[in-house]
Amino acid sequence: MNIFHDANRKQIANRRVKDKSLHMIFLLATSVGIIALTVLLVDIIIDGWSNLSPDLFTNFPSRKAEDAGMKSGLVGSMYIMLILVPLSFILGVGAAIYLEEYAPKNKLTRLIQLNISTLAGVPSIVYGILGLALFVRMLSLQKSLISGALTMTLLVLPIIIVAAQEAIRAVPRSRRDASFALGATKWQTVSRSVLPSSLPGILTGVILAASRAIGETAPLIIVGASTYVAFLPKSLTDAFTAMPIQIYNWISRPQVAFKDLGASAIIILLAILILLNITAVIIRNKYQKNI
Amino acid sequence: MPNKQETTIDKTKSSSNPFKNSRVSILNKIMPILLFLCAIVSVFTTIGIVITLLSETVNFFREIPIFDFLFGTKWSALIEPKQFGILPLLAGTLMITSIAIIVALPIGLASAIYLSEYAPDKVRRIVKPILEVLAGVPTIVYGYFAISIITPIIQFIFPSAGVYNALSAGIAVGIMIIPMICSLSEDAMSAVPRSLRDGAYALGATRFEVALKIVVPAAFSGIVSSAVLAFSRALGETMIVSLAAGSTPTLTFNPLDSIQTMTAYIVQVSLGDIAHGSIEYGSIFAVGMTLFVFTFLLNILAQYISRRFREEY
Amino acid sequence: MSTLIEAKDLNLFYTDFHALKNVNLTIPEKAVTAFIGPSGCGKSTLLRTLNRMNDMIAGTRIEGKLTISGTDIYSQEVDVETLRKKVGMVFQQPNPFPKSIYDNIAYGPRLHGIKSKQKLDEIVETSLKSAALWNEVKDHLKRSALSISGGQQQRLCIARALAVNPDILLMDEATSALDPISTLKIEELVQDLRDKYTIVMVTHNMHQAARVSNQTVFFLNGEVVEYDDTEKLFSNPEDQRTEDYISGRFG
Repeated sequence: MNIFHDANRKQIANRRVKDKSLHMIFLLATSVGIIALTVLLVDIIIDGWSNLSPDLFTNFPSRKAEDAGMKSGLVGSMYIMLILVPLSFILGVGAAIYLEEYAPKNKLTRLIQLNISTLAGVPSIVYGILGLALFVRMLSLQKSLISGALTMTLLVLPIIIVAAQEAIRAVPRSRRDASFALGATKWQTVSRSVLPSSLPGILTGVILAASRAIGETAPLIIVGASTYVAFLPKSLTDAFTAMPIQIYNWISRPQVAFKDLGASAIIILLAILILLNITAVIIRNKYQKNI
Repeated sequence: MPNKQETTIDKTKSSSNPFKNSRVSILNKIMPILLFLCAIVSVFTTIGIVITLLSETVNFFREIPIFDFLFGTKWSALIEPKQFGILPLLAGTLMITSIAIIVALPIGLASAIYLSEYAPDKVRRIVKPILEVLAGVPTIVYGYFAISIITPIIQFIFPSAGVYNALSAGIAVGIMIIPMICSLSEDAMSAVPRSLRDGAYALGATRFEVALKIVVPAAFSGIVSSAVLAFSRALGETMIVSLAAGSTPTLTFNPLDSIQTMTAYIVQVSLGDIAHGSIEYGSIFAVGMTLFVFTFLLNILAQYISRRFREEY
Repeated sequence: MSTLIEAKDLNLFYTDFHALKNVNLTIPEKAVTAFIGPSGCGKSTLLRTLNRMNDMIAGTRIEGKLTISGTDIYSQEVDVETLRKKVGMVFQQPNPFPKSIYDNIAYGPRLHGIKSKQKLDEIVETSLKSAALWNEVKDHLKRSALSISGGQQQRLCIARALAVNPDILLMDEATSALDPISTLKIEELVQDLRDKYTIVMVTHNMHQAARVSNQTVFFLNGEVVEYDDTEKLFSNPEDQRTEDYISGRFG
């Protein structure tokens, strides 16, 4: 008599079938997201491909779909990035250095840390409302490029701080010890040894933040980005628009021609995001070898 | 007892201190202060959010009684007669969010179970980055997805549905939060130690039984926390609902109706010309405050659940 | 500058833990002094008081006096960065920076204000020669410091410490992570350096102490049990505990 003689064959077979079918169900569920993404991309490309031409980049928006382009949106987004990236880098990395290297382990520090993780969960539209009250009205910057850029900076700050803190924390203690043992001051150790080592992680965080900022629409609407801007802002206090605003404007129009134009603009936006993320991966891989 | 060795101490040593630095490092003294100021910016952001929301909301409630705001069933901010009962906006928001969770929770959880318990390494390495990509897609693109693909399908299935309806927007928001539930739940499940699973497998359990009876209960707090966070995220979603759900504040439970969410209302008002100090301007902050309170409480709840009910291994 | 190191009734506390108890000790100039003793006896702790690396551990408290060249190094007037410039340290695990070999050596001098390329080139060459590493790396100075072997990395760390021109060199079990050949090379190096520098080395290897040092200090439970010329300590120790440790009755 073998050891399997009292096995309940039927019950085991049932459980196996159940397992296999659920395996299928779980696999299907996972595919839903991927399928949705594919359908979305295919649809956008179908709708928007025909409009992709240099005109799209060089024209301003117009009442007529054939003449419309996203120049003001592209330039507006670029200007916002030019302000946002350095500003959020300085503030974000500065905060991270403080929290990791200088902050005493007391209640205030824990409060600041808790505060940052709370801010990460605040809906982006609330940042827009803050920007409206603080930058547009209270500081009288009006509905301008600088208001938009400052609002977006506050939005992405928690992202950079968290990424930078992780990168700084990853630098081993021995590296700091070596620097101090040579007679370095605290700041010399941080600036000459810790920061260079954590730069790849920090840069990845900055790119993540930039990707988020490029695609955000709601805060800019609240702060007063114009939906129809047929000129380029010449100063920080000029009215402005941005790519996602332009997209929103086009796809909310009933005419199919404008909806397709919106799809084209989305393709451009996604292309830029893909480029940014590839850059992040390249940076991470390049520096991984040096650490 | 230490051994005393006779040593001649050099009595001609200089009395000056050889360890005195002639160069003073100014940077070393200033930097901590500057860095602290950077860290404080985040604190000021929070203070700024709370103060601006609070003060403008208080102003708003001077004109509109808070009771009418909280319990009124009619919201008509831009059309006479002006009424400011938030329940329609709240109902609209909650309907979208509920539909989103109904869509996202099963799919997200099932995906997480698949990735954590079933998927071979190769598959995981491909699927996880794809899900991260999904998470990085701007919401306006999901909005386009809603109006160009989902809405026509809904209208095909339910001929009574209008161009703007809650169901399309809800489904799109749901798809948007799937990656969030999936990756947070998967993190929680990965944290369950191998030994727990091994024990069950050694007793002859199938993968499904291990997943559902061992892993999911062990990771439960993390899973629930992820659902709460996703709910909070869906609550604050703006662009998808602005494009697909409509701009008619209606107190309804029919997902095929056109509604308006709190976030969509704020966008609608901001797109127009609003005079500073007007009642419409104030309504932005009152609605924003409601939204902020909800999401803030939900985030705190998520953290509490995650910590309080975490299984100690 | 006289580099005589003296400890008078030195006590060190890590919060409540009494790590060093009434240490009274003199360390002679331009010689090699070895600290030996079982794990946790306080030898590394005392070493780290000499360049005040203990300052970085929260809750550290010092009582008593520790003087170098007659100056109490824990007094307010002492600038700790200058102290660490004159008292260099090499750690147990080689810890070169993830920079080039050149930049590793030049790191210290640059900290203290030396900018001229010519001067830095000189310093790099001199330091690498002093550490007996020059010939092996002189054609690859721009290569990453992480690309050389463990033994070479440790000699690089020694060169890096020498580049700021210290008077005293502290070595905290500097060869315990290395293979026997690299260990031997570094022991030879220490012999060569002893004419120019005062060297204090912590070692858990008694035989190394016997081979290399002029004076040996035996620690036990935070106290200095005995210190003497190396030959005398190993052949004819005064204290029974020293005798027990050396003959391997405990370790």
